Amino acid sequence: MNNRDPENSPVIRLSDICFSYPGGPEVLDHLHLNVYPGERIGILAPNGSGKTTLFHIIMGLLFPQAGTIEIFGEPVRTEKDFRDVRKNIGLLFQDADDQLFSPTVLEDVAFGPLNMGKAKQEALAISRQTLSFLGLSGFEDRITFKLSGGEKKLVSLATVLAMSPRVLLLDEPLTGLDQDTQGKLVSILSEIDLTYMMISHDIDFLEATAEKIYTMKDGKIMVDEGLYIHRHKHAHMLGNMPHRHE
Amino acid sequence: MLDEPFASGNSVIHRLDPRFRVMAAIVYSFVVAIVYRFPALGLALGASLTMIGLAGLAPGRVFYRLLLVNGFVALFWVILPLTAGGEIVYQLGPLDIQKRGIVLAAQITLKSNAILMALIALTATMSFATLGHAMNQLKFPEKLVYLLLLTYRYIFVIEQEYKKILRAIKIRGFSPGTSLHCYKTYAYVIGMLFVRASARAERVYQAMRCRGFAGKFYSLAEFDSSRRNYVFTALMTLTAAGILYLEYLPK
Repeated sequence: MNNRDPENSPVIRLSDICFSYPGGPEVLDHLHLNVYPGERIGILAPNGSGKTTLFHIIMGLLFPQAGTIEIFGEPVRTEKDFRDVRKNIGLLFQDADDQLFSPTVLEDVAFGPLNMGKAKQEALAISRQTLSFLGLSGFEDRITFKLSGGEKKLVSLATVLAMSPRVLLLDEPLTGLDQDTQGKLVSILSEIDLTYMMISHDIDFLEATAEKIYTMKDGKIMVDEGLYIHRHKHAHMLGNMPHRHE
Repeated sequence: MLDEPFASGNSVIHRLDPRFRVMAAIVYSFVVAIVYRFPALGLALGASLTMIGLAGLAPGRVFYRLLLVNGFVALFWVILPLTAGGEIVYQLGPLDIQKRGIVLAAQITLKSNAILMALIALTATMSFATLGHAMNQLKFPEKLVYLLLLTYRYIFVIEQEYKKILRAIKIRGFSPGTSLHCYKTYAYVIGMLFVRASARAERVYQAMRCRGFAGKFYSLAEFDSSRRNYVFTALMTLTAAGILYLEYLPK
């Protein structure tokens, strides 16, 4: 994956990003990050290392004190620039209750397409299609706050996918999900043909859904080869019994 | 919890266009609020009872809702006959029971019950979301409508946060009492609830901006306007006219 075509320019390019919250230490310290089309990146890093901050900077919800952001090759600086970014990059929030604010599922999913200027009928058609892609047909008139945690997460994903983004950012998508819904999410992510980057603490999940795993340290992204997570398969006698490797 | 026991149903009233119902409820409430004569109030009460009947609502549940308001109205029955002045009809020990107070209390009782029943029959028979959309299409101020809908959406979340905090203090042995420690704890709970609510609001707004929100809401609601709605409007107009006629009828 590292011998990419040089013509293939990054969809997200962050250079020298510095960010700190008022009165706090540097969360991001001269951070560099390139995301290329088609990449599936997992970010595995300790709490407080600035992962969510990084996503919010890409979306223009936070503005860095220094550094440059280029999305799809264009530099973005102002709130107005970021409005276009948000049409193309979808962010799945950690807490689905933050994302779902409409009374019914269908209205919530249609919110994005309507904001993008789609006509009512078209927005409804897109929303129904997205719901059915995620196996949520029949959820249209359900009341959002009465959904279960797993349903909320999938509907949140629908609200993001309905805007047909080119890049997806997922902030701890597994939080509060049971095994079944986790499995569903893994199969959805393997099906969609999108560039995505996700934060998770679950190594098995990242292994199943990401082709690269980055970590963050001292306000920087570590893309060192040594940090790649891998798993070996091996066979030996009595391997089906509980045993220990020395 | 805020459930909507009356919102589901398939009565004549449920099938009416929500916009017509909201308009009718507003106009009717104003008319009933300005009349004082008993024949007019009697007609209003009758009309409201008819609406409840047409909506096919469980009388027990309606009665329970009315009870809440009538508990408040009962206070008027205690205070007004003693303080409103006028002719004394009865001497209860040192207390004078005055006619004017009884009349006023009776008027308030009839009015509030008639208005409340009409509101239950006409507006509680639609879901909160529908009410929001109806208000939106009736050109109520957008901010007001979305304030209403978002409050409705997040009041549950805030309740959950509140319960979370309560659990957190309970499992550490807190029990309410009358001590400075207790008051301080409750002040912290309320303070924390405000902080969490405002942080929540910030995140919801961020999520909305991420989905292209730029200050304009679009409504998906569509209501059918069949002839039934005009019949309903005509009936409501006649009722309102009848009530006003009985009020302003020359003696």
